[in-house]
Amino acid sequence: MAKRIGERTLRFENPPAVLAHAAAVGQKEGAGPLGKRFDLVAQDDRFDQKSWELAESHLQKKAIDLALEKGGMQASDLDMILAGDLLNQCIGSALASVDSGTAYLGLYGACSTMAEGLALGSCLIDGGAARRLLAAASSHFCSAERQYRFPLAYGGQRSPTAQWTATAAGAAVLGQMGSDIRVTHAIFGQQVEMGVKDASNMGAAMAPAACDTLSRLLRDMNAKPTDFDCIVTGDLGHVGADLVLTLLREQENLDLTPVYSDCGSLLYKEEQDAHAGGSGCGCSACVLCGPLLRDMHEGKIRRLIFAGTGALMSPTSIQQGQAIAGVCHAVVLERGGKS
Amino acid sequence: MNLDKEQYQQMLQQKSPNSPLWKDCLKAFLIGGLICMVGQGVSSFYKARGLSVADSAAATSITMVFIGALLTCLHLYEKIAKHAGAGTIVPITGFANAIVSPAMEFKSEGLVLGLGAKLFAIAGPVLVYGISASVIYGLILVIMQGA
Repeated sequence: MAKRIGERTLRFENPPAVLAHAAAVGQKEGAGPLGKRFDLVAQDDRFDQKSWELAESHLQKKAIDLALEKGGMQASDLDMILAGDLLNQCIGSALASVDSGTAYLGLYGACSTMAEGLALGSCLIDGGAARRLLAAASSHFCSAERQYRFPLAYGGQRSPTAQWTATAAGAAVLGQMGSDIRVTHAIFGQQVEMGVKDASNMGAAMAPAACDTLSRLLRDMNAKPTDFDCIVTGDLGHVGADLVLTLLREQENLDLTPVYSDCGSLLYKEEQDAHAGGSGCGCSACVLCGPLLRDMHEGKIRRLIFAGTGALMSPTSIQQGQAIAGVCHAVVLERGGKS
Repeated sequence: MNLDKEQYQQMLQQKSPNSPLWKDCLKAFLIGGLICMVGQGVSSFYKARGLSVADSAAATSITMVFIGALLTCLHLYEKIAKHAGAGTIVPITGFANAIVSPAMEFKSEGLVLGLGAKLFAIAGPVLVYGISASVIYGLILVIMQGA
């Protein structure tokens, strides 16, 4: 059973193992710096589907199927699927698992969904509520644009602080044993709202939440940033990543610079015109379930904090003038670690 | 974290890059101007073919709307607009783009509740306030001429 340490962090007594993982991405993400490290790069972002929503579902299903295949499993071997995305009523994830024949829980944590799924899934495994489960998250540039912004063919300009919703999905299977990569700790973050109302600057809206969760986690674990090989946030992008480093340094006296990365900043090349970097549930999901977990297998990373960041807003709340709250959930992954 | 919202606003403004205003204005001027020059060329062509001033204005609008719609369908308009900004929104080609792009996007929800309902999602406010302004202008004109 998970044990609460410090103020908010959970330490797992039987740390859940990451049995398999896979990442599937769109063409633009495939052409980015991490392109070769994903399991699947789409030939066509529409996947021959009749809508962008179905295309996103298809992408998430691909990631789930690949993860199961890599682990030598079938959906019937899972006790449950925990999945989420950005679409209204989380329909992308619901449709992706409609034929799975296993228990399904839809999650919404905006872009923090992958971390939320892993943290929640780890609690369920550690507590014995599930023996094996899969956590997944996805986003699709085209389905997100039509829901949150404008039609694809509309001629508008994006602000330099705007982020690019990644066409990507990631899935990871957690189990009680069977892998040397384990989730040792998790922390569920609180909402932090600092008055940011600009939907084109989500990194700035999420950075304070990331600062709050990361500082609490390190304090609860009584750890220094350099105790980890890598501390990675979900999708703060260039602006948010700069802000979180500054906030942690000035407010918490923590210097993360030597070990810090951000999935949103890693996903695209400068010339790919993604402005402040990637975002969307799929952004952190694909970077974790592709390059980062591969690095852990290869021994390049032994101890990792994966902190998913989400901006809690809707087009309606923005139009009604509400500020955007950020939320950040994190898990600690260790290779060969026990506690 | 011991930071209030105002202090954070100041911090994020320092860290958030602004849009390159002068560069954007220059590109909007050049590309918007180019579209207007094309419109002028089309207008001159129709006049040279013998259309009256009023008819050539109508024919020019029809032609420019068609070009805007065609470029939108070919996914070229948004690529130009990315650089031009207001330069592609303000001319009548921008209006065509604002109507055709939702039509393309929302046809997946059906011809009635998708395309039909969303067709004016972007251009609607322009029509509402454009027509309202012209009604008010018309009323003022009637009152002034009556006086």
